[in-house]
Amino acid sequence: MEQSSTERKVFYHILTRKITVLILIVSFFPMLLTTSILFYRFNLTYTEKVQDHISELVQKHSQNIDTFLSEKLGNIRFLARYFESNQQAPQKFLQKHLALLKSEYGDVFTDLGLINENGVQFAYEGPFRLEDADYSNAQWFINAADKPFYISDVFAGLRGHPHFIIAVKVRSKGFNYILRSTINFGAFNSLVESIHIGKTGAAFIINSKGQLQTKSNVGVKQSTIATMVDRSCYKNNETIFAKKQDASGKKYLCVTSMLDNIDWLMIFRQDLNDAYHDFWKTQLLTLVIFILGCIGILFVAFTLPHNIVKLISSADKKSEAMNKQVIESGKLATIGELAAGIAHEINNPVAIMVEEAGWIEDLLEEEDLKECENLNEFTRALKQINTQGKRCKEITHKLLSFARKTDSTINDVQINDAIKEMVALTGQMARYNNVIIETILNEEIPYIRISPSELQQVILNLINNAIDAMKTNGGTIIIKTKTSKIEKNHLVISIEDDGPGIPNDILNRIFDPFFTTKAVGKGTGLGLSICYGIIQKMGGKIDVHSQVDIGTKFRIWIPFQEDVIENKDNENES
Amino acid sequence: MKQIKLLLVDDEKPFLDTITKRLEKRDLNVSAVYGGNEALAELENNKKIEVVVLDVKMPGMDGIETLVEIKKKFPLVEVIMLTGHATVETAIDGMKLGAFDYLMKPCDIETLVNKVNDAVEKKRLHDEKITEARIKEITGRQA
Repeated sequence: MEQSSTERKVFYHILTRKITVLILIVSFFPMLLTTSILFYRFNLTYTEKVQDHISELVQKHSQNIDTFLSEKLGNIRFLARYFESNQQAPQKFLQKHLALLKSEYGDVFTDLGLINENGVQFAYEGPFRLEDADYSNAQWFINAADKPFYISDVFAGLRGHPHFIIAVKVRSKGFNYILRSTINFGAFNSLVESIHIGKTGAAFIINSKGQLQTKSNVGVKQSTIATMVDRSCYKNNETIFAKKQDASGKKYLCVTSMLDNIDWLMIFRQDLNDAYHDFWKTQLLTLVIFILGCIGILFVAFTLPHNIVKLISSADKKSEAMNKQVIESGKLATIGELAAGIAHEINNPVAIMVEEAGWIEDLLEEEDLKECENLNEFTRALKQINTQGKRCKEITHKLLSFARKTDSTINDVQINDAIKEMVALTGQMARYNNVIIETILNEEIPYIRISPSELQQVILNLINNAIDAMKTNGGTIIIKTKTSKIEKNHLVISIEDDGPGIPNDILNRIFDPFFTTKAVGKGTGLGLSICYGIIQKMGGKIDVHSQVDIGTKFRIWIPFQEDVIENKDNENES
Repeated sequence: MKQIKLLLVDDEKPFLDTITKRLEKRDLNVSAVYGGNEALAELENNKKIEVVVLDVKMPGMDGIETLVEIKKKFPLVEVIMLTGHATVETAIDGMKLGAFDYLMKPCDIETLVNKVNDAVEKKRLHDEKITEARIKEITGRQA
């Protein structure tokens, strides 16, 4: 038994582990696979998308800037050609056309000026007083001198404002002039400033020397710009996408694009955190869900098998208990048969012994033994043999009735009738002991399908016990029947006395076989255990409540079937 | 009063022997046999037997069967059942089949003697009535 229980424990343990492992494998693998595939694909797609988006943006804007520059250059070149062919007073020409440009393009063109070969601006139209300004040493003038047109870098120049210049050569009346226009830095800057993504994404333009050509809000330092750009790898119109790391270890995206018209670079810079913010948020969410999923799986994997195994083990236990019960009842039946056999076999020898003792008694009377001094002892001994023989008889008879297959023919019984019969049977004895038996019988109670003689045995036993208990002072026994309110489809018989009661310490032993409080030889201790067995067999139950000096109450629940009632009703109607 | 003629039937020889002695001592004319068939044979031989004390549990032909046979062949003979089993059912069965009474083994000798006396009394009353009836019939015929 011990061994089998440990074996079973090991078995349950293995079973639990198997289920756990199975659940883990079956749920973890697909989840892990799905999550990682989705994650990888999403990562790839999203990165591509971000890259494309930014590249596109940068490209478009550099094109815009290109267009802007070539348009402005075009304007000035047109003016220059127009001036060449249409000889006018320079000052008047500039005045007229600046007004025209301003009305057409807004505040893009700040001023116009004509400069002679010596670098002196002999004609000027604009908000600054720059007539006769000498540009001969200015970088742009030197650069512009040998080219048909030139766009300068941004510089402060004479006026102390950042600006840049478009200069176009003009040939008029045999002289070379330069037509110069200042482009409003603000207007140009706004083109680049409008590229703004997230918190840190911003664009700026640098010239060939790596100097900033636009204002930058991002706080990009002049020193860091040089590290961003490797000019050598820029060819044509390519947009280059790169991930880089600055001196402080911050990672950022760097998208660069070369402008067509001028040797400037458009650079877009965004912190990596910022660019992939949404993506990383999604990543975090996925991770959280994944971890929660894992926790859920672990929880299920470790609790579910436990519960399942618990259920299995309780079912096992139940069936084991049932088996035990079957074995037990089988054992009881065997013991019963054995007891019956023994009782019967003993009964005959005891009868013979008693008869022989009686015979000696008879003979003693006949013999003349008056002077025999032990005559009294003889008679006493013979009487004792007789008494003990009777005691044996009683025990064997009880044993026989305990073991005997009673008349268990099952009938539909109205228990009220059975009770009345038993009350009548015990009436004589009750009267003799000053006991009054009252019955409160509910006539509504249904018929039950049981063995009537067994039920009578139980009731008779309980009444006899009650009478025995109240022998000295008399009392009242109340027998009630009704349909149970607690148990569905059960009826209750209660047998209540106001006798001395049963002390608590023996109350839970009274149904044990061979337990008796009666004097040796007076009771066998089988009565209540027989009752208990009978009620159990009927599928009912019996319980007892007792208080010392107040009384004892036995209650018997017996189940009934609905169909029995219905059948009876039908019969009554027909 | 005429001596009572009694037949004891039991398979338990020592019991039977002792009880025979005790009953004889109480002035009864006792024959003892050890089985149902022998009992029937004895009844056949000895028409004077008035009461049969019959053990219920016997090998071969048991008490109840024997009772049925006795009542069939000798309806006027009274039978007292003696049982080792405390089975009310067998006793009741016996009574239904015409037994006079039943006693449980081991029984008090005085109780047994009293029962036997009662049975004999009843039997003799029956016999008297039958004799009377015969006489009446015969006299009636003559008249």
